[in-house]
Amino acid sequence: MGLAELWFVLLAVLFVAFFVLEGFDFGVGMLMEFFGRAAKGDREQHRRAALNTIGPVWDGNEVWLITAAGAMFAAFPGMYATVFSGLYLPLLAILFGMILRVCAIEWRGKIDDPAWRSWADVGIAVGSWLPAFLWGVVFAALVRGLPVDADKQIHLSFGDLLNAYTLLGGLATAGLFLFYGAVFAALKTEGAVRDDAVRFAARSALPVTALVAAFGLWTQLAHGNDRTRVALAVAVIAQLTAVMLVWSRGGDGWAFVSTMAVVAAVVVLLFGSLYPNLVPSTLNPQWSLTIYNASSTPYTLKIMTWAALIFAPLVMLYQGWTYWVFRQRISADRIPASAGLSRR
Amino acid sequence: MDALDVSRWQFGITTVYHFIFVPLTIGLAPLIAVMQTVWVATGNTAWYRLTRFFGKLFLINFALGVATGIVQEFQFGMNWSEYSRFVGDVFGAPLAMEGLAAFFFESTFLGLWIFGWTRLPRLVHLACIWIVAVAVNMSAFFIIAANSFMQHPVGARYNPETGRAELTSIVALFTNNTAIAAFYHAVAGAFLTAGTFVAGVCAWWMVRARDSAEVRTMYRPAAILGCLITLVSAAALFFTGDSQGKLMFKQQPMKMASAESLCHSETDPDFSILTVGTHNNCDSVTHLIEVPYVLPFLAEGKFDGVRLDGVKDLQESHEQKFGPGDYRPNLFVTYWAFRAMIGLLAFPSLFAVVALWLTRGGRVPQQRWFSWLALLTLPTPFLANSAGWVFTEMGRQPWVVVPNPTGDQMIRLTVADGVSGHSAGMVVTSLVTFTALYAVLAVVWFWLLRRYVVEGPLEHDSEPAPPVPPGDDDVAPLSFAY
Repeated sequence: MGLAELWFVLLAVLFVAFFVLEGFDFGVGMLMEFFGRAAKGDREQHRRAALNTIGPVWDGNEVWLITAAGAMFAAFPGMYATVFSGLYLPLLAILFGMILRVCAIEWRGKIDDPAWRSWADVGIAVGSWLPAFLWGVVFAALVRGLPVDADKQIHLSFGDLLNAYTLLGGLATAGLFLFYGAVFAALKTEGAVRDDAVRFAARSALPVTALVAAFGLWTQLAHGNDRTRVALAVAVIAQLTAVMLVWSRGGDGWAFVSTMAVVAAVVVLLFGSLYPNLVPSTLNPQWSLTIYNASSTPYTLKIMTWAALIFAPLVMLYQGWTYWVFRQRISADRIPASAGLSRR
Repeated sequence: MDALDVSRWQFGITTVYHFIFVPLTIGLAPLIAVMQTVWVATGNTAWYRLTRFFGKLFLINFALGVATGIVQEFQFGMNWSEYSRFVGDVFGAPLAMEGLAAFFFESTFLGLWIFGWTRLPRLVHLACIWIVAVAVNMSAFFIIAANSFMQHPVGARYNPETGRAELTSIVALFTNNTAIAAFYHAVAGAFLTAGTFVAGVCAWWMVRARDSAEVRTMYRPAAILGCLITLVSAAALFFTGDSQGKLMFKQQPMKMASAESLCHSETDPDFSILTVGTHNNCDSVTHLIEVPYVLPFLAEGKFDGVRLDGVKDLQESHEQKFGPGDYRPNLFVTYWAFRAMIGLLAFPSLFAVVALWLTRGGRVPQQRWFSWLALLTLPTPFLANSAGWVFTEMGRQPWVVVPNPTGDQMIRLTVADGVSGHSAGMVVTSLVTFTALYAVLAVVWFWLLRRYVVEGPLEHDSEPAPPVPPGDDDVAPLSFAY
């Protein structure tokens, strides 16, 4: 395996890590309103219980995106330049959502006031739904191919970005993250919130499975290859396992691991469908950006390989430790009172 | 306005905005680590309360720094795709390494610090904030190493086949003398910002709560700590700025000539303090106040015998080297931003001297004017930071990668060649989106900081909770929750 192939794999690994970790953060953010509404008792405590399941870790999870984008810049500058400029408006919308979400999560508890909190909840909802949907659209559009011209420029038309396939991709990621968030919340909470999470996961299981399966099959049939069949098979089996576990209440941890495998397998399916292209051109296959014509020099790739080999395992180690430190469940009735100031 | 102008405005606005929050993060994290260390070492709860108090202010600020940082990373590809294509082989590496070697540390360990007060043993918890403090400074280094490649490209060669810059030595990139000088200068600026912040807030509280016990146990020692940091940083800024300036005279003579509004090459020109004129044409500038000897010293460390190139002569030699074009930066902005950066440094320095004088020998200041002075000083380091970056980034125009006079001259790119081929309308959309969103968030940020500063260290924070081992309990006994 050459350096370009290795970096294609590493880029896929970084995006797998991002979606596997941030996926449940998005899901919990998308579900906060549901937890509030489902609550019989104090709605606010239920929302906070959900939010605090991701409290200590969401910021660290988001860095996987920063690193993935940075690695794309370093290893495949041609891809970074073409994709980021070509998909300008969807990325702008994703940034808009993620900015709102960071501030809303961090500032929500700072003021103890219902109106303040409901504004923050709007920010968390928008900032979770928008990226969860748009990342699916963006990756589906990428796999489907973009109108890359001979000068490596993209002049995007409406249909390149929004069509049946990409919309299905967006619905599939949004649905999957929703389910994933519910499964994660079930694993990390106790009491009424946990019951609500399990109930939501059980009810959403069929439609989510249908969306993911449809998107996976379409991807495989239209853009896949022999290798990606394995990823699709893993995704389907893991999804069915997760659904069975949720329905039978067969262990929150195993349901979570299964869903995690689904997310990882879907990302692998998408990257596997791309390979060896980075951005397939719909105008002329000759103009596609590939891991060979869009990569950095071997020297840069070598430097980046060393950096990744030294730091990525270290990151996984201390992030893993963080999850261990905060391994206990969270219960709505044992959340300390809001430490926020009054509005005044 | 065309897409280039709009893209430059967007990059300028989003970057200046991002760098309001970043210096406070970089400087305040180590200060909070010091406060917590004093508490852990001495058991003095005043320092615990200070840690919690400034910790909350830090977190309010940190959120915006993170949120706006993602925009910075995405923007190179979104708006400056031709630049990204040209330098990606070189420029991407420090950005990716920043994520791997710095940003992961600060985000993960900050999460542990926020939620781990009663979950982690005291020393482990203390180590978390120190890791954050070191990591934010590491971040600064990687980002400035990347930026310095735009100011003084080294460690790379131009590949005529691909038409792009290629990395030849990562060591050269990270030991770029421009990067090292700029890193110390930016970090000194960050410590000045945080020192002034701590000193200003505590000075204001000293006067406000002059009859309470906290004045002597908390506000006065913290204010003195802040003042000392401020003064040391101001001195460091002076020396690091001087060494950075000397490099700039060699590496980017056009930037420094513009900073002086020096039209024609001269031997031992005077340092200009005040000029009148539109600066659109440097001959129209009237120099009102000038000081001899300063400029030769700034350039080469001598008082005479220094010949400096003027804007007009540099423009001519640039045209000969790089073809027809306007190689002059905006003179008005370059000249005044340079002076604003230096001039604004006087306010925090003066304030620190006054505050140290008023608190000498156990005194506690009670003057109302002093608390007003503290408030008025607070924004000045932020403005100085912005002015410095406006100077250094506007001063390299029209280049996005300034040709290195002693390096590979083919590694050069103008902003016009680096911009993405978007329509102006599309970039206006994003400019309006970012500006509107950022404006709203800035108001909330300011209001939140103000609300927390005015509230002061809260009563319920007066006693630190003892650390609880997780135990066998299935449900977490939280001490803090969002």
